[in-house]
Amino acid sequence: MSEYGPPEAGTRIDGGRALIHALELEGTEVIFGLPGGAILPVYDPIIDSPIRHILVRHEQGAGHMAEGYAHATGRPGVAMVTSGPAATNIVTPLCDAYMDSVPMVVITGQVPYGSIGTDAFQECDTVGITRSVTKHNELVTSAQDIPRIIREAFHIATTGRPGPVLVDIPKDIVDPRNPNSAMDWYWPTDDEVSAGLPGYKPTLKGHPRKIREAVDLMARSTRPVLYIGGGILKARAAGAVKELAELTGIPVVTTLMARGAFPDSHELCLGMPGMHGNYTAITAMQEADLLIALGSRFDDRVTGKLDGFAPEAKIIHVDIDPAELGKVRRPDVPIVGDCRLVIEEMVRLVTEAGGLAAQPDRSAWRQQISGWQERFPLTYVQSEPGQLLKPQYVLEQLRDLSPEDTIVASGVGQHQMWTSQYWHFNHPYTWINSGGLGTMGFSIPAAIGAKVGMPDRTVWAVDGDGCFQMTAQELVTASTERIPVKIALLNNAYLGMVRQWQEMFYEERYSEVYLSPDLPDYVKWAEAMGCMALRVESPEEVAPAIEKANEVNDRPVVLEFRTDASEMVFPMVPSGKTNSEVVTGPAES
Amino acid sequence: MSEPKYQLLSVLVENKAGVLARVASLFARRGYNIASLAVAPTDDVRFSRITVVVDVESAPLEQVTKQLNKLINVIKISELDPQDSVERELMLLTVKAEPARRHQIIELADVYGGRIEDVGFDELTISLSDAPDRLDDLAELLAPYEIVSMQRTGRVALPKLERNPAGAKAQLRSA
Repeated sequence: MSEYGPPEAGTRIDGGRALIHALELEGTEVIFGLPGGAILPVYDPIIDSPIRHILVRHEQGAGHMAEGYAHATGRPGVAMVTSGPAATNIVTPLCDAYMDSVPMVVITGQVPYGSIGTDAFQECDTVGITRSVTKHNELVTSAQDIPRIIREAFHIATTGRPGPVLVDIPKDIVDPRNPNSAMDWYWPTDDEVSAGLPGYKPTLKGHPRKIREAVDLMARSTRPVLYIGGGILKARAAGAVKELAELTGIPVVTTLMARGAFPDSHELCLGMPGMHGNYTAITAMQEADLLIALGSRFDDRVTGKLDGFAPEAKIIHVDIDPAELGKVRRPDVPIVGDCRLVIEEMVRLVTEAGGLAAQPDRSAWRQQISGWQERFPLTYVQSEPGQLLKPQYVLEQLRDLSPEDTIVASGVGQHQMWTSQYWHFNHPYTWINSGGLGTMGFSIPAAIGAKVGMPDRTVWAVDGDGCFQMTAQELVTASTERIPVKIALLNNAYLGMVRQWQEMFYEERYSEVYLSPDLPDYVKWAEAMGCMALRVESPEEVAPAIEKANEVNDRPVVLEFRTDASEMVFPMVPSGKTNSEVVTGPAES
Repeated sequence: MSEPKYQLLSVLVENKAGVLARVASLFARRGYNIASLAVAPTDDVRFSRITVVVDVESAPLEQVTKQLNKLINVIKISELDPQDSVERELMLLTVKAEPARRHQIIELADVYGGRIEDVGFDELTISLSDAPDRLDDLAELLAPYEIVSMQRTGRVALPKLERNPAGAKAQLRSA
C-alpha cells in the first residue's frame, strides 16, 4: 500500500475522500462530530485519515467544542454532522460563533441533490436556516467543487472578521457507489481562491491619515481610555496593545470578550467595563474625554443606556469590519483595518512624536482613577460557618490554586460574571465564554475543545447548575476520549441570574427559577459519566478539593460547590439605566 | 404623515443560486424595508444587478450598504441619487375599455408613449416603460376608467453619464 496522503492532481477519486483530503490540507487536526445517514460516506475515509475525530453525544456539543478549540488555539474549529436534526442542533453554536467572531467550519450532510426539495427523510433547508447565523454558507452541488469550496470556507472563516462558515454536502456527491461522486482531484492555489471570491477583500491596513488623526487626538486627550474588545484577540494584537498602552500611559479596559488580552496584573489595567464590570472601568469610560475602541463594538452590555454613555468622549474606533464603525456610536476617527497592523502603526507614530514624554500630563486622571479603585473594589461578605459557600470565595480559591496559565471556560449567568470579575487574567487566550449570544451550556463542550487544542494546559470550566444540565452529556465524550477537563459547578439550585433580576426588578416574585440542589445528584451523575466527582459544602473543604482535582489528569473532574443562592452579582448597571447609575452592592439596590 | 424617504441602491452580485435570498434575508434580519426590487443578469454572465429601493426611514443607508457589503457574494454597491441617474420601470396595466371609450384610453396611452399590448372586447392591456413617476401619472389618469389589474417591475437604474469633457468624476458614489 502506498503512503497515505492526498493524491496527485488529476487522480480520479470520490467526493468523500476529496473532502477529507481537503480538510487535511487545511491543517485540520481534529473534527468534532457525530455521523448519520447523509454524512455516512464521509465517515468511511476518516478511518484512514490522520485527523482525530471526537465523537460527541449531541451535535450542539460538537459546535461548542469547535468554538472552544478555536478560542484557545486561534486555529479554525471543525465540526461535522449529518443532515436535518443534526444540522438544526448545530445552529446554536453557529450563531454563538457568529456573534463572537469565532473561526469555525461546519460540514453538514444533506440528502442527495436530486432529493432536495422533496421533504426527504432528515432533509431540512440547512443553508436557508443558517444563512443569518454564518459569515457564509454554501450548498455544494458537484463533487468537483469540493476542494475549492472547502478552501474558500477556511479562507472566509479565518480572514477579515473571523466567523463560522457552513458547507452543506449532498450525499450523492460523496458516496463512492454513486457516479455523481466521481471527481478529478486538484488543490486550488491562493490566487484561484481569491479569483473565486470577487466580492471578498477584507481591508487590513488602516488609512494612514486616519491613524495620524487618531494619534493626534490621543496626544491632546487628558482623560483617555483604551477600550479593547475581542477583536484584539482575533487579530493577535495583545502584544501591540501592551506596547501602545505603555508608550502612552493610557489605561485599558478589557471587555468580557477581551479578558486576558491585557494583563489584569498591569498597573494600567482597569478590568472589565459594562453591566457587571467594576466601578472604575465603568466610570473611567463614562468620564473619559477620549475612548480608543480597538476591536470592540459598543455592545449594549457595555454602553448601558446609549444616550447617556460616555457623554464627553470623542471616539476613535478601529475595527476590521466596516459595519461596526458608526453602527452604535458615531466615531470621530473611524479606522477600518486589522487591529494589530493599525496599533503597530499607532505605536510607530507615537514613538516618532517622542513617546511617553510627549504625552500630556495626565496625573489628575490617574489620581482620579486610583481613587475609584481604592473606594470601590470588588467585595463580598464571606459566609458564616454552617452556611452555604460564597461563589466568589470558591472562584478566588480556584484562581489561586490553579496554574497561572490555566484556561477558564464559563457558561452563561452569574457564575460567568463572577469568573470574569474574580479571575486574574494575565495571558491572552485563557478566557473562553459566550459573550454575544449568551449560550447556556457553553462551558463544558468549549472546555473540552480547548483542552483538545491545548492538551498541556489545565482547563477549568466554571459552570452553573442550570448550564450543567444543558450539556453535561459531553462529559461522557470527555471520559471516553480521555480529555481531562475540570468542571467547577457552582450549584445554587437556581437559574441564578434570572433569580437576581426577579429579586431586583420583579419584587422578589420568583417565577420558574428554582432547580433544586440535589435533583439531580450531580456527584452520582458525574461519576456515571466516568468523572471523578466531589461535593464541597463548607469553606475549609474548598481548597483541598481543588488541589485534589488539579492532580487528576486521566479523566474529567466535577467539583460540585453548594453555593448561596441569595448572592447577587455586583456592581450592576440596571437594564435601561446609564453607566452613571451603577449599583455597587446589595445595600444600594 | 410625512413622505417616506427612499434611496436607490444598485448592487452588483455574483450570479449564483441563493444570492437574492441572502440579500432579501439580510434586509429582513436587520429590519430594513424594501420599497421595490429588481434583479437580472448583467452583460457579464458571472454577475447580476439588483436594483433596490430602500426605505431609509427604517435604517440609516450607511448601515444597509455596509451590511450588504459583508455578504461574500456582493461585489459592489452604488448609491444612486435619483437626480443623477436614469431610472426606468415597466408597467403592464389592464383597464376597462368599453368599445365606446376605447379611443380615449388609446389616446392617453399614446400621450405617454405607452403601447397597446392586448385588446379584449371591453378591456385593454397597455405597457409603459418610463421613469417611475410617469408610470404613476398614467396609472392615475386611467384610474377613473377602472383598472382591472396592474403589474410593475420595480425600478432599474444606472448613473447618468458625464457630459463635461473635463471628465470630473462620475456621480457614481461607491459605497
